[in-house]
Amino acid sequence: MSALQHTVHTLEFIRGNELAIPTCRILKQDGTVYPGAALPDLDRQKALRIYDAMVRTRALDERMLAAQRQGRVSFYMQSTGEEASTVGFAAALNDADMIMAQYREQGALMYRGFSIDEFMNQLFANDLDYGMGRQMPVHYGSAKLHFMTISSPLATQIPQATGYAYGQKISKSGLCTVTVFGEGAASEGDFHAALNMASVLKVPVIFFCRNNGYAISTPSSEQFAADGIAPRALGYGMHTIRIDGNDILAVYGATLQARRIAVEKNQPVLIESMSYRLAAHSSSDDPSGYRSKKEEEKWRSKDPLQRMKKWLLLQGWWSEDQDKKCFEVVRKKMLTAMKVAEQRPAPTLDKLISDVYDLPPPLLQEQLRQLQAHIAQYPQTYPQNTKATDAGKNNTVGIRS
Amino acid sequence: MMKINLLQAVNNAIDIAMAANDKVLCFGEDVGGFGGVFRATTHLQEKYGNERCFNTPLVEQGIIGFANGLAAQGQIPVAEIQFADYIFPAFDQIVNEAAKFRYRSGNLFNVGGLTIRTPYGGGIAGGHYHSQSPEAYFAHTPGLVIVIPRNPYQAKGLLLASIRDPNPVIFFEPKRIYRASVGEVPKGDYELPLSACEVLREGSDISLLAWGAQMEYLEKAADLAEKEGISCEIIDLRTILPWDRATIVNSVKKTGRLLISHEAPLTGGFAAEIAASIQEQCFLSLEAPIARVTGLDTPYPLAFEKAYIPDQFKIFEAIKHSVNY
Repeated sequence: MSALQHTVHTLEFIRGNELAIPTCRILKQDGTVYPGAALPDLDRQKALRIYDAMVRTRALDERMLAAQRQGRVSFYMQSTGEEASTVGFAAALNDADMIMAQYREQGALMYRGFSIDEFMNQLFANDLDYGMGRQMPVHYGSAKLHFMTISSPLATQIPQATGYAYGQKISKSGLCTVTVFGEGAASEGDFHAALNMASVLKVPVIFFCRNNGYAISTPSSEQFAADGIAPRALGYGMHTIRIDGNDILAVYGATLQARRIAVEKNQPVLIESMSYRLAAHSSSDDPSGYRSKKEEEKWRSKDPLQRMKKWLLLQGWWSEDQDKKCFEVVRKKMLTAMKVAEQRPAPTLDKLISDVYDLPPPLLQEQLRQLQAHIAQYPQTYPQNTKATDAGKNNTVGIRS
Repeated sequence: MMKINLLQAVNNAIDIAMAANDKVLCFGEDVGGFGGVFRATTHLQEKYGNERCFNTPLVEQGIIGFANGLAAQGQIPVAEIQFADYIFPAFDQIVNEAAKFRYRSGNLFNVGGLTIRTPYGGGIAGGHYHSQSPEAYFAHTPGLVIVIPRNPYQAKGLLLASIRDPNPVIFFEPKRIYRASVGEVPKGDYELPLSACEVLREGSDISLLAWGAQMEYLEKAADLAEKEGISCEIIDLRTILPWDRATIVNSVKKTGRLLISHEAPLTGGFAAEIAASIQEQCFLSLEAPIARVTGLDTPYPLAFEKAYIPDQFKIFEAIKHSVNY
């Protein structure tokens, strides 16, 4: 539609706050469903797969923050409070759809079947880490699970998702890409570039924004003046919806429908998932400096795991006893896997120069030979074949949200 | 063989790459129906359809972000940045993303299919923002391949090699000689090697090294020097990163002198890296300090363009200074 199609002869401004997008909520905190709510089709088997991934994600986050506090791992980022968002969207996809996430979406990877050992190998940067120990903890990736390796710079994955989805479209794969990012990252130029290009080029991509209230310490009230992220999609001419991100049925249902629009109509969709980052930004952050305990408690009472559990109980698909056992078993598995992963050796030194290019260029090979000769001279200073974790212990450097 | 200019050679290379492989796509600002502001992609949309050759919105960071995603998905994007001066909004996507994609994932994913084409350099009265030579910024980034051709034959063979190279490539095109540089080019498909210098002319008194449009000045300066009895060896670096040190070392060990010329500013230019490396390798062979003939440490100036450009006369003077050192 041309911008000049409709003309008027009066000077009427449209106010920036004129449009307020509602939040879709299906499930109440007590596990009952709002009357007349758009209940998605979710069977027992799938519901339990979702809940299991949420439980394991919660347990991994608890285990690894404790491990960081004990000095066993250099850094960690929890997703506590956002598990319904990060597991729920993944559950609504085809498992072959590409996920290009930010760094707090371990729930999606857990749902896809990344094993506890695979998580641990990355976190401890050991010789079995797919990333060869080159990146900080939580920068997971899996080609077989169609989960793009995490990159710290914010929002860079968003235009990449537009490109990836364009490739899926022209190769007629019937698949789509979902990219996940925070409300803070949505301030980056890459976000706007990605949405506009996706809309213009008619690309099957879903932009899934986790609006969790904070970008490190900056509250969303200091991030944007408008009604959140969802209305931005309208400016780019695409579908948009805002949902309660702690409501597994809303997240699942919205993503299911968004996927249909993306794949069947080759149109991008934005989902704004409203939640709260119950945890600190990262293990290097202390939220007591910028928000109140009272505020945190308010959100703790909206725990997405509790809400889903109550729904499962009401469905008769789950019991308190099963729940207790499930947590116990998972926590035990985490501890065992961690103890194995942290004892493994670091990657060998040749991994320092592989994968910069498809093959190491001669000048880079020369640099490695010089380094090896130097290390041979000072074997005590640069110990080899030691535990992977020795390298990054007690690192307190933070990364942005 | 056909006699074509550098721009036609670029167009021909993309055409051949797109005909040979359905996964090759080309896009950028004004690239589609119009065929690019320099007409480098002319007729490609007619031939291959608007799904494979198309316009993008005006957003460089988006173009390269999009191209990275496409490459990761297995396509072979040839993305155009209209002028190298406008590549900087995409700096993050190039330096933090394209260059590190393979390394950070342990080769689970890579964007090796990516080629970024962009016209660079001065000499067209383009002022600050249509004249820059930003190759050194990117040369500081492991993971990138940087290629600069000097004539139509080189442009076609190096661009085909770049598109097919399994690493992300920035292909800087010398726009001053887009139409001025005309030469015989094979009609068919051929590739020239990346990360390999070419010795254009053998000589015994001094080695002259440059790349891209600067090669023309280097050859003219060598002609001036020959008249004074100075024998120059002329080398085209061709690939800035990863660069071919061995050919230059061999040449300098023979001649005992090296002059490097680039249009970009002196400080932090790629000549600095070459000079440092060559003095490490050839210290005992050098008869004179390694000479650099470059642009000044200023923004690219419009009215002073002629004075700014490191032309054949500046190079000629530097040759004499080196030989008489």
